[in-house]
Amino acid sequence: MIARALRRPGLKFNMLFGVIVTGALIVLAVAGPWIAPYDPLKLDLPARLSGPSAVHLLGADEFGRDVLSRLAGGARTSAWIAFATVIFALVIGIVFGVLAGFLRGWVDRLIMMVNDAFLAFPGLLLALGLMAVIGASREGIILALGLAYMPIVVRVVRAAVMSIREREYVEASRVMGNSEFITMGRHVLPNCVAPIIVLATTMFGWIILSESALSFLGLGVPPPAPSWGNMLSTARPYISQAPHLIILPGLCISITLLGINMLGDALRDWLDPKM
Amino acid sequence: MLVATDNNNAMLSVRNLSISVGTAGKRVVDELNFDLASGDMLALVGESGSGKTMAARSILGLLPAPLVTTPESTIRFSGHDLTRLAPQTLRAIRGAEIGMVFQEPMVSLNPAITIGEQMAEGLRLHRRMSRAEINDRSLAMLERIRIKDPGKCLAAYPHEFSGGMRQRIMLASVMLLKPRLLIADEPTTALDTLVQRDVLDLMVELTRENGTAVLLISHDLGMVSHYVRDVVVMREGKAVEQGNSSEVLHAPRHDYTKRLVDALPKRSTGGSRAASSGETLVEISNVVIDYPGRRRLFVRTEPKRAVDGVDLTIRRGETLALVGASGSGKTTLGRAIVGLVKPSSGTISFLGKAIAGDRSAEAHRQRRDMQIVFQDPYSSLDPRQRIADIVAEPLRLDTGMDSRKRTTRVGEIFEEVGLTPELLQRFPHQLSGGQRQRVAIARAIARRPAFVVADEPVSALDMTVQKQVLLLIRSLQERYGFACLFVSHDLGAVEQVADRVAVMQDGRIVEIGDRDQVFDHPRHPYTRSLLDAAMLIDRRFNDGAVSRRAAVQ
Repeated sequence: MIARALRRPGLKFNMLFGVIVTGALIVLAVAGPWIAPYDPLKLDLPARLSGPSAVHLLGADEFGRDVLSRLAGGARTSAWIAFATVIFALVIGIVFGVLAGFLRGWVDRLIMMVNDAFLAFPGLLLALGLMAVIGASREGIILALGLAYMPIVVRVVRAAVMSIREREYVEASRVMGNSEFITMGRHVLPNCVAPIIVLATTMFGWIILSESALSFLGLGVPPPAPSWGNMLSTARPYISQAPHLIILPGLCISITLLGINMLGDALRDWLDPKM
Repeated sequence: MLVATDNNNAMLSVRNLSISVGTAGKRVVDELNFDLASGDMLALVGESGSGKTMAARSILGLLPAPLVTTPESTIRFSGHDLTRLAPQTLRAIRGAEIGMVFQEPMVSLNPAITIGEQMAEGLRLHRRMSRAEINDRSLAMLERIRIKDPGKCLAAYPHEFSGGMRQRIMLASVMLLKPRLLIADEPTTALDTLVQRDVLDLMVELTRENGTAVLLISHDLGMVSHYVRDVVVMREGKAVEQGNSSEVLHAPRHDYTKRLVDALPKRSTGGSRAASSGETLVEISNVVIDYPGRRRLFVRTEPKRAVDGVDLTIRRGETLALVGASGSGKTTLGRAIVGLVKPSSGTISFLGKAIAGDRSAEAHRQRRDMQIVFQDPYSSLDPRQRIADIVAEPLRLDTGMDSRKRTTRVGEIFEEVGLTPELLQRFPHQLSGGQRQRVAIARAIARRPAFVVADEPVSALDMTVQKQVLLLIRSLQERYGFACLFVSHDLGAVEQVADRVAVMQDGRIVEIGDRDQVFDHPRHPYTRSLLDAAMLIDRRFNDGAVSRRAAVQ
């Protein structure tokens, strides 16, 4: 199957790029502390705001902390938060989306009523409100962003389930004598995978951005712990003196998003027996 | 093979037409030659994949991306070689000189634009006319095709019309420009028998009036022979036989044409099997099925009654055909029997026990003894499962079977339905339509049910494949003795498999009886009109078809 997927020219690049970037992110997130030349919190005041040099390969920030080490540490925070949030939003979203789409009736109406109420709130505002209650911590961010993105998952999954449940193979499964639960798990859900994967990878990107937005507003990962988002926001006052402090985390975010989206595309095609 | 002679008054003259995938790839159309004189009709007949549609599309320069015509192809149309025209010159010919009607009326009209707009589009593009003039012309045309309230129709959207009406409208909007050539690509394949005949008659009328030549593309040799004098039979891109349609039909020369003619519906020999002896398997009494109306802002619209008080019994081992036009409620009734639709009132009992609406475990278990084969083998198989898993699935519910026994059983069933074991590891999209339908049948009979509902099981298949599948159903029935409710609008297919026939109209059964009696001595006028529209070859070919052709020429 992999060999077949790799033979397709367009896909090959997507998959390669996606796998490399995502792989690099995972390695950074797991082994960051051993790879990074310094402790991301270690101050080197004489070097503050300095550009790339032999001592600090990617320069140092406003407190003289090593940017490369902070980027590595930030990868760990950002990847962990985004990954956990996506999983959290997906699990809850899929459960409610499938229930609403498959059972219809009052269950659907109730779920969608609550869901629409969630959707009516701008996601970031909702997260902000939740953060204010829970307090700024990693778990708080995951919970808040997860709940903020969950309604979109519910909508997408419900729509996919509703179109698939009318297919004849689903009816064939019922006529065969399968219970609704088995029909749902064996025939409906696997056929919803494509939109879910696309949504999950897109969401990964949104979440990294939202986390930096929260950091920017002072509700993200609390300093001094590094995240790409808070590096971006704390560097803002120094944009003219030390542009590398903005450019480097920004670049990290962009490349990661690109890689993960490409991986998502490749994964979707790879999981589709028709490709 | 009859080689088309050079004909000077031919309006369309196709020579050495070859179409390949890319410039050097496989040929999907190979050295096709034919002539079409002004005002004449010619049919390209063949099964799916024969290249007939691509050949027709190449005339308009509408080949999909990797396909190209080879350099030696010429398509002469009133003095131009269409294969060498610049795109903008070709655009001036499309629509104005050559019109096209597509197969699927549900998608060939733009759902977001009113009928009036769509009809006006061609006139505005190709003829200098004022808005009022266009409007008058469109109105006159709609009147001409006998549409009720043409003014209202112009302002309506496509979804407000049935498939047959849409196809009439499509035809009208193409004929509005009085093209010299009309290409009709399976114009009635998606329609049911009665409507099919209406649309074809209208097409002949309109083109006759305007002296338009017609290139008809069809898989249905029987239907074609009723309307068209000259046919080209295509197979795998090559013209295997061309000539007069009744000669081709009666004295086919090529093997493939023989097979095609052989696949035309003929009554199975031996008549209907002794049906009255079997015990009653399914009993339906006074069943009414309503579809709830659509919910508007505050009120529900009137519920639609699909089945209106039907009584029916099906005996062990027999095949009862349920026949009717689309919308007659026949499919709904079939689905209600297997429990996919809940009747609003009335009872459906299986082996003496009422099962409709019963959600108990007992009814559930009993329902496994009845299965369904759906119309479209493309959507009735889960695209993410391998064929082996699809066929094995019903067996999983049998607790006495472990996975080894299941595998053996799947192998057996697979052989019974005439499939080779190497297909077991494939996915549904890697199979042809006929193979898929065999898989669907295998799945249905895997647990040896006593009763199978076959919902239009062959209408999505090619003629020769249809024949094979119908024979398969009949032979499996002989082997396992299951009863079958064969739901179909296609009387040709029904004639081949049914023991008894029930005719349904507007939710009611209007006639029921033994097959031969219903086909030979129909009592109800609706049955008669259905039979008449079905254009069954062996019965009415000699007189009916000839007289119809004479009438239109």
